[in-house]
Amino acid sequence: MSKKELRRGLAWSFVRALIGCYPHLAVAGFHRYSTYRSAAVAALTTNTAFGLMRIAVLFSVLGSRQQVAGYDAASIASYVWLGQGLLGVVILWGGHELADRVRSGDVAVDLARPWNLQFALLAEDYGRAGFAMLIRFVPPMLIGGMLFDLRWPQQEHTWALFALSIVLAVAMSFAIRFLLSLSAFWLLDARGVTAMYGLLGGIFSGLTVPLAFFPDWAYDALWWTPFPSLLQNTIDVFVERGSPLPLLAHQALWTVGLLVIGQLALRAAERKLVVQGG
Amino acid sequence: MADRVYLDILGSRFRAQLSYRTSFLLDFAAQMVGQASELVVILVLFGRAKEMGGFAMHEVLIMYGIAGVGFGLADLFVGQLDELPRLIRTGQLDVLLLRPLSTLAQVATGDIQLRRLGRIIAALAVLVTVLSTSDIHWTGPKLLLAATAPLVGAVIFGAIWVVACSVCFWIVDGRELANTVTYGSNMFTSYPITVYPPWLRRFLAFVIPGAFVAYYPALALLDRPDPLGAPAFLSWCSPLVAVAAVAVAGLVWRFAVRHYQGTGS
Repeated sequence: MSKKELRRGLAWSFVRALIGCYPHLAVAGFHRYSTYRSAAVAALTTNTAFGLMRIAVLFSVLGSRQQVAGYDAASIASYVWLGQGLLGVVILWGGHELADRVRSGDVAVDLARPWNLQFALLAEDYGRAGFAMLIRFVPPMLIGGMLFDLRWPQQEHTWALFALSIVLAVAMSFAIRFLLSLSAFWLLDARGVTAMYGLLGGIFSGLTVPLAFFPDWAYDALWWTPFPSLLQNTIDVFVERGSPLPLLAHQALWTVGLLVIGQLALRAAERKLVVQGG
Repeated sequence: MADRVYLDILGSRFRAQLSYRTSFLLDFAAQMVGQASELVVILVLFGRAKEMGGFAMHEVLIMYGIAGVGFGLADLFVGQLDELPRLIRTGQLDVLLLRPLSTLAQVATGDIQLRRLGRIIAALAVLVTVLSTSDIHWTGPKLLLAATAPLVGAVIFGAIWVVACSVCFWIVDGRELANTVTYGSNMFTSYPITVYPPWLRRFLAFVIPGAFVAYYPALALLDRPDPLGAPAFLSWCSPLVAVAAVAVAGLVWRFAVRHYQGTGS
């Protein structure tokens, strides 16, 4: 082996050590999720049924007017089908397996592995989200596009910003679920807080009604919470509602903030964990 | 004799649920919040519109209230059917089939969740408030209608639930499909059927008899003719529809159980 090859080999192993197992975990997450294909068919039925009802209700609010709170018919149609599609990617309900592992104590094994648990699970979640884009996001958008006039991005760079917004939303949804799951270290059972989060998330993330429909004071108050960054901001980037910068900044700040809090909570949880026996 | 057995089963389940008091209270509150969040949606929508499908806010809230109480009661009594796929997959259903008791009643009483009272109480509070503040010309029949509409709605929802869950005998993981029908019906019935496009309305209002849960009883209470042109007596027909729905549900359930062959594992 020449010196050059040796140097290249060393550099490569350094990069591998830095990135570590996380890309593999993302691929594994993608594969693991791809086995749930029949569940995706059922989910498409649900999304379509609720999409049709939501759009009817919102259209009746629109009535004969051109627009309500800045949403015209095409934006409302896009809002509804984007929401139904993104729901399966940026999951609001479920995804609390870690909480079960904390409750059962299996988390001790997870913490003992040579990885950062938060990064590892985030990588796996990105794999899951990648597959969900194909199987949960695209079909409702196709159905919505066939049945309604949707508002598609007018500017090309909006597609890139939309993609970035999804990447941030997935990370933020994960960061919140990670914190909720870790709460089981102190509460023993995270089901109460996760149930409450699911309920609040359904309405405050902008899934059931566009947040702009809320009274101004409520809309301003929600802006101080992470909820708009779960769905509404991503949808608004797509329908090009105002400048995308504040929307993406809100997402980025909350995502980073919640991930950092998650790291601190993880440290605290590691100190709290007592492994008995063995 | 059989009644005694069910009461004993229920009593033990209730005691078990109430023994984790904090957890129970949290779940109870979550059910209330769940029902209240649907109320918030309606209030927000009416902040942006004077009417929906030709109906004012208090009129929609009457429908929401009747549908909410009806759905809550059905959820309380037959919501356990959501567990059917698990019972089938694990073979626990076979045990129930062997006992000399009604299978449906066993599944239903197997795990009645008292926390679901939270949803019922929240919806009932809204219904009573709206009915007492609305300008309704009360008569004897209308009082009777107001008192029975949520119960009749519960029976219709219950029948829908049984039919939807019967699908699980054929589809391995049919829970989500069944949930779409049941929870979807809950959303559908909370709004006047005039907001939906005709083809969706025909299916969800009349094939699945969603219109008879809250829409028609509300019309009768408000003395409003149906904007869609249905004759006035239809507004009083929900109990008959409920009886028919139960008959259909009974037939479907029997047919499903007869054709059940186990998971073979």
